[in-house]
Amino acid sequence: MRNSRFDRGERNISGCGLSGMMSLTGERVDGRVIRESIAILHERSNGLGGGFAAYGIYPEREDQFALHVMYESPSAHKAAEEIIAQDLDIDLDERIPTRANRNIVDPPLLMRYFVLPRALQLHELAMSAEDYVLERVMRINAEVPGAYVFSSGRNMGAFKAVGYAEDVADFYRLEEYDAYIWIAHGRFPTNTPGWWAGAHPFTLLDWAVVHNGEISSYGINKRYLEMFGYRCTMRTDTEVMAYLLDLLIRRHGLPVEIACEVMAAPFWEQIERLPEDKRRLHTALRQVYGGALVNGPFAIVFGRQGEMVGINDRIKLRPLVAARQGSWLYLSSEEAGIRAMCPDPDLVWTPRAGDPVIGRLGSDVVIGQPESIGEEAAVHAFARGGG
Amino acid sequence: MSSTTTRRDPNAKPEAGTAKPNRQARAPIYRPPDFLWKRDADRCALCKRCVQQCGFDAITWENGPVVDPAKCVGCHRCEAFCPQKAITVEPNPQCLRPHPLWTEAHRKNLWTQAETGGVLLSGMGNDLSYPILWDHLLLDACQVTNPSIDPLREPMELRTYLGRKPDQIEVEMTDDGPALVGEMAPSLELEVPIVFAAMSYGSISLNAQKAIAMAAEELGTYWNTGEGGLHEDLKPYAHRAVVQCASGRFGVTADYLNAGAAIEIKIGQGAKPGIGGHLPGEKVSAQVSETRMIPAGSDALSPAPQHDIYSIEDLRQLIFALKEASNYVKPVSVKIAAVHNVGAIASGIVRAGADIVYLDGFRGGTGAAPTVIRDHLGIPIEIAIAVVDEQLRQEGIRNQASLIAAGGIRSSADAAKAIALGADAVALGTGALLALGCTLCQRCYTGRCSWGITTQDPALTRRLDPYLGSRRVANLVRAWAAELKEILGAMGVNAVESLRGSRERLRALGLDTTTMDILGVKPAGMGA
Repeated sequence: MRNSRFDRGERNISGCGLSGMMSLTGERVDGRVIRESIAILHERSNGLGGGFAAYGIYPEREDQFALHVMYESPSAHKAAEEIIAQDLDIDLDERIPTRANRNIVDPPLLMRYFVLPRALQLHELAMSAEDYVLERVMRINAEVPGAYVFSSGRNMGAFKAVGYAEDVADFYRLEEYDAYIWIAHGRFPTNTPGWWAGAHPFTLLDWAVVHNGEISSYGINKRYLEMFGYRCTMRTDTEVMAYLLDLLIRRHGLPVEIACEVMAAPFWEQIERLPEDKRRLHTALRQVYGGALVNGPFAIVFGRQGEMVGINDRIKLRPLVAARQGSWLYLSSEEAGIRAMCPDPDLVWTPRAGDPVIGRLGSDVVIGQPESIGEEAAVHAFARGGG
Repeated sequence: MSSTTTRRDPNAKPEAGTAKPNRQARAPIYRPPDFLWKRDADRCALCKRCVQQCGFDAITWENGPVVDPAKCVGCHRCEAFCPQKAITVEPNPQCLRPHPLWTEAHRKNLWTQAETGGVLLSGMGNDLSYPILWDHLLLDACQVTNPSIDPLREPMELRTYLGRKPDQIEVEMTDDGPALVGEMAPSLELEVPIVFAAMSYGSISLNAQKAIAMAAEELGTYWNTGEGGLHEDLKPYAHRAVVQCASGRFGVTADYLNAGAAIEIKIGQGAKPGIGGHLPGEKVSAQVSETRMIPAGSDALSPAPQHDIYSIEDLRQLIFALKEASNYVKPVSVKIAAVHNVGAIASGIVRAGADIVYLDGFRGGTGAAPTVIRDHLGIPIEIAIAVVDEQLRQEGIRNQASLIAAGGIRSSADAAKAIALGADAVALGTGALLALGCTLCQRCYTGRCSWGITTQDPALTRRLDPYLGSRRVANLVRAWAAELKEILGAMGVNAVESLRGSRERLRALGLDTTTMDILGVKPAGMGA
């Protein structure tokens, strides 16, 4: 298939529904609530992919990387396990518990491994544990046909399949997991039958992204990421989001707010109205990170350890609603999705185009929540045109 | 069309018969004229305007206009200015017996050389019918799954920065929120991803250069002095100029280097890769002589290589010598012709410290070049952009320099395709001259341009009003900018950086697999 420099005709595009919930105090709940929310958004998907990400589900192994891997064939299983066994210390390997579901057909072999990088190799390669694991994940996904690592973070996990999201939740027995962040996705791909690895969320280390939209700038975002060693193998736009977050936040050390400004950059017109030092910063961001500007319609919710973020594209071409209730933050494609999780929220609002909503563990202040918008930020948000 | 003028090799022996003319040697070779000049005698008012307008002395007056067809270059000046619309200039339909190998152009060139023993000269760009890859590339548009954006109702951004950029930036959190750590390298800020190509004072008239400089200022983009120095009258536009330092070093002084917005080292030019410049003495007027700092009337021959650059490490020294001379506040561009190994060369240039690489394809224009060089050396700009952009990305140094693509950009569509292939901006040379009224007669090297563009004859240069000229050039670029916004909107993106290098939005029609691979473009019909 890959006899030329580019993949030929292999990318799926899709629309979708998404939901997220986070306890800002770290309170953990099981997967039934988020299942209800994404079930309400049934009409936004077409049964060709559903998935969840959950944070805080493996507290007893919080230092270990949890690799969730799907194998389409015994040979893929063998080849990938060779890579895993060779480079990583495996503390536990087991099948991911599932329950038969008449709507989830033909599941691949689903395994999970709790691993740590070999200390000696880390030392020799002078690499961080994250980079080391990332490299192995990339290698398996790019080089072993039929094997896909679909989750690789610590104390978190992704669960996804071809089917409606509510069936996926039942299939993976999500009521048995307790998490303080739940993110869910129901998929509406517009071509090709669903593909297990192509369902959302997309993850990389402890990043998980769910996405509604089509990235019109996919071509350059992919090439930009390739310059930094990322290989886009999942045949979908959304993995680009996951890799961009990893590059900007983990590798380049940018604050989450700034990474959001890169991916949904303010317009030059708005930048010109900012005070001198902010203008300098935003001009530099756009000069340096033009290849990371994500253009086209999107609403995404992404999580990492201790953080959940929702953001729209720069002119809000896809819906996203946010809500607060006590110490909980909710995000969803539609208000109905929020009311399914929380019938009586304290506050419901529609985030403005390009302005992120950020919830952080241990902080009651949600960035982007209307009360917390200062005067300058309000002007900034207004200048975006509101969507 | 072939050239009729030649440059003699100064070392060549005089042709037989020059010293001792004899009848045999003077017998003419029959060379049919390229154009026929026709006059409707019923309409002609015998006003003599055609005689006055012809810059090439092809029309004389003997109780009415009389034309020497051999001198007519087909510039259509007389036709345009005939108040009675009595004149038509047409290609000469009379043909020699056709031959697929020995085309008329080949035969005419050969005859000219048989008569003169010289190197054939040409102006403007390569006029042979090589495949034009622009015309085999198609742009994408949105339908349903991703919405298009209406540029008349939503912001649509073309602003572009040319120069070195770091791979990442450092941000620190302060009480005031996030702040940038450190300074960005100097760069050029363009309101449109279009700059003007280098065209020297000398090769074009001062009025022509002024028209382009004024347009650049108005448009928020940059013009380029070429290797002819900076004329006193253009100093008010110097802040919008890229000042060129070429192998002849004409007009290069410390003041000159510091006057512009950026400095460009010219290694090569698409129309004449591997050879230097040639400004015929006829075009070296008193003012040109002053600006270039050379004697009036002397041929301005810039050497083929820069005599202080015989290697990539020498280039690095010159780049940093110029940065030193300008106190590191101006980006330095290096202009090269697109040649076969352009990817590796461009990589070397970036690693040598250039902030901008200017790629000039083999269809790029020139004021004067040997026809054989113009028509047969180099590669198309489409290929060069793709190869250079890909190589710099593979080496992880794409951020370190911007790419300007030039050499045959005919429309906003070409510009959009160039940007999608990976160019940061495109440069307009021929396009700007066409906007000034040029009809592409390709006789720039004669210095007799009837339109006042590529001449230094005051009687001809005054035909070009720099202010009106600047209106047309600015209109052209504004029109292209509006079209680029339409294209971006149809593609569903609202910033040019989302098109830049996004080859996924291009499809090839009728290209072979290897070419598609080099361009990094899929065939039409293949989806995402």
